Amino acid sequence: MIRFEHVFKRYPNGRDALSDLTLQIESGEMVFLTGHSGAGKSSLLKLIALIERPTRGQVIVNGQNVNGVSRSRVPAFRRQIGVVFQDHKLLHDRTIFDNVALPLIIAGIGSRELGKRVRAALDQVGLLGREQGFPLELSTGEQQRVGIARAVVSKPQILIADEPTGNLDPDLSIEVMHIFRRFNEVGTTVLVASHDLHLLQHFNLRRVRLEGGRIAGNVSAESAELLDPARLIDSATSGAP
Amino acid sequence: MSAWFIRHLQTLIGSLGRLSTHWLGTTFTMLVIGIALALPACLHLLVTNLQSASSSWDDAITLSVYLKQEIAPDEARRISERVRQRRDVAQVTLITADEGLKEFRRHSGFGEAIDALTSNPLPHALVIKPAAEYLNAAHLETLATDLRQVVGVDVVQLDTAWVNRLNAILDAIRRSVVVTASLLALGVMVIVGNTIRLDIQNRRQEIEVTKLVGGSNAFVRRPFLYSGVWYGIGGGIIAWVITQLIVAALTGPVVRIAGYYDSAFRLSGLGLEASGILLATGVVLGWLGSFIAASRHLREIEPS
Repeated sequence: MIRFEHVFKRYPNGRDALSDLTLQIESGEMVFLTGHSGAGKSSLLKLIALIERPTRGQVIVNGQNVNGVSRSRVPAFRRQIGVVFQDHKLLHDRTIFDNVALPLIIAGIGSRELGKRVRAALDQVGLLGREQGFPLELSTGEQQRVGIARAVVSKPQILIADEPTGNLDPDLSIEVMHIFRRFNEVGTTVLVASHDLHLLQHFNLRRVRLEGGRIAGNVSAESAELLDPARLIDSATSGAP
Repeated sequence: MSAWFIRHLQTLIGSLGRLSTHWLGTTFTMLVIGIALALPACLHLLVTNLQSASSSWDDAITLSVYLKQEIAPDEARRISERVRQRRDVAQVTLITADEGLKEFRRHSGFGEAIDALTSNPLPHALVIKPAAEYLNAAHLETLATDLRQVVGVDVVQLDTAWVNRLNAILDAIRRSVVVTASLLALGVMVIVGNTIRLDIQNRRQEIEVTKLVGGSNAFVRRPFLYSGVWYGIGGGIIAWVITQLIVAALTGPVVRIAGYYDSAFRLSGLGLEASGILLATGVVLGWLGSFIAASRHLREIEPS
């Protein structure tokens, strides 16, 4: 579903975010992307959502090589991917309903269908009945859930999240991760970047660790529990609490 | 189609709602646009009114024919009959020397001096009104030349110079209307464009988020285009009101002036068609200004 082949990403300021990165994520898989800040997690996600383009190498998303996606085709490309951000990126002057409905409005969905799907998405994140409120009336955790509802409302095949629990306390973080898990269970390919290894311990899922723009560890789901020492090293190097 | 239509309608209403939340700034922008549009509209009215005034003066174009002193009244009547036969002449009025003197005495205030005269110094005169279809400068000249050849005619006076002068002035004003209107149209587009540019800067985050979830440039641009259209509509209405107020203010004095010239001339305001054009001009300029600004500045905003 997502394939990186010898991908390099160098920013105009000369910083190398990714170097010779090769990675494959299968359809229906849920993968955690770990590593400390600056390791290249955000850059990797940005390449998937075409917020940035690779300097070298191939990124293939859902069968499409991003190098072949022209500027004018970028919006249509992004519509097949749901993106969740650490700072939620909600629009504070619009209701929760309007925030979640935005991708559907862009896709030109009719009002009746739109209302149904927005409520379904809010129901999935446990916020049904709060449609007419405004984002700032919600707690940080609830705002993040609105962000997730917006990312999934158009039923994308791929869901990516950049530090979605970065501003949340441990209990809320687990709750948010469970929401991602549920979407994965119905077939969505999910890629979550997080440096919170203690949180990830709760989930027996594949983990890809980045370091200096390269893959430093790739632990599959089945072996995740068995490789406890690896996890300890992980947490030691990342400096996570 | 209906979903598409409803979306556009929502965006249209939504952008109006957004403008009304900053109503003071919106009003100022519309006022500036209105004044900029009102100026060429008023100049246009000046031209059309002068034109209609001058065409009603076309009726007043006459040729004055003075007969030779020695012509007897009967002979004068015969000449007047012969001139009347011409196809290009609508009406001939004979003013005999006696009538002329009487009139002169009445209007000139030289009554006593005239009484002192032993004989009438005035010749018989014909006032000729050309037929309407021959009312052009070239034919009037031909008519005057023909009349000069008639035996007994002394002088033919044809005064079309002022009509020509007025038409030349009208041409100059008309051209200046076009130039002013073009410049002000450019000004309106710059005003709208700049307002939209500021609006885009203020809504940077919203634009970024919309692009992140897959909104195309056209989708992001749409509300700004509708804002531009609203500015144009508002500006057009204000321009219309300003123009009609000016017409209303000038109607009294113009009627008085027309009265002094024995004319029933009335100042005409903006008709239905002209009002429509004014409003449409506002809409088109607003749309164009916002289109240029939005296309330029939205491309620069990309999520990062």
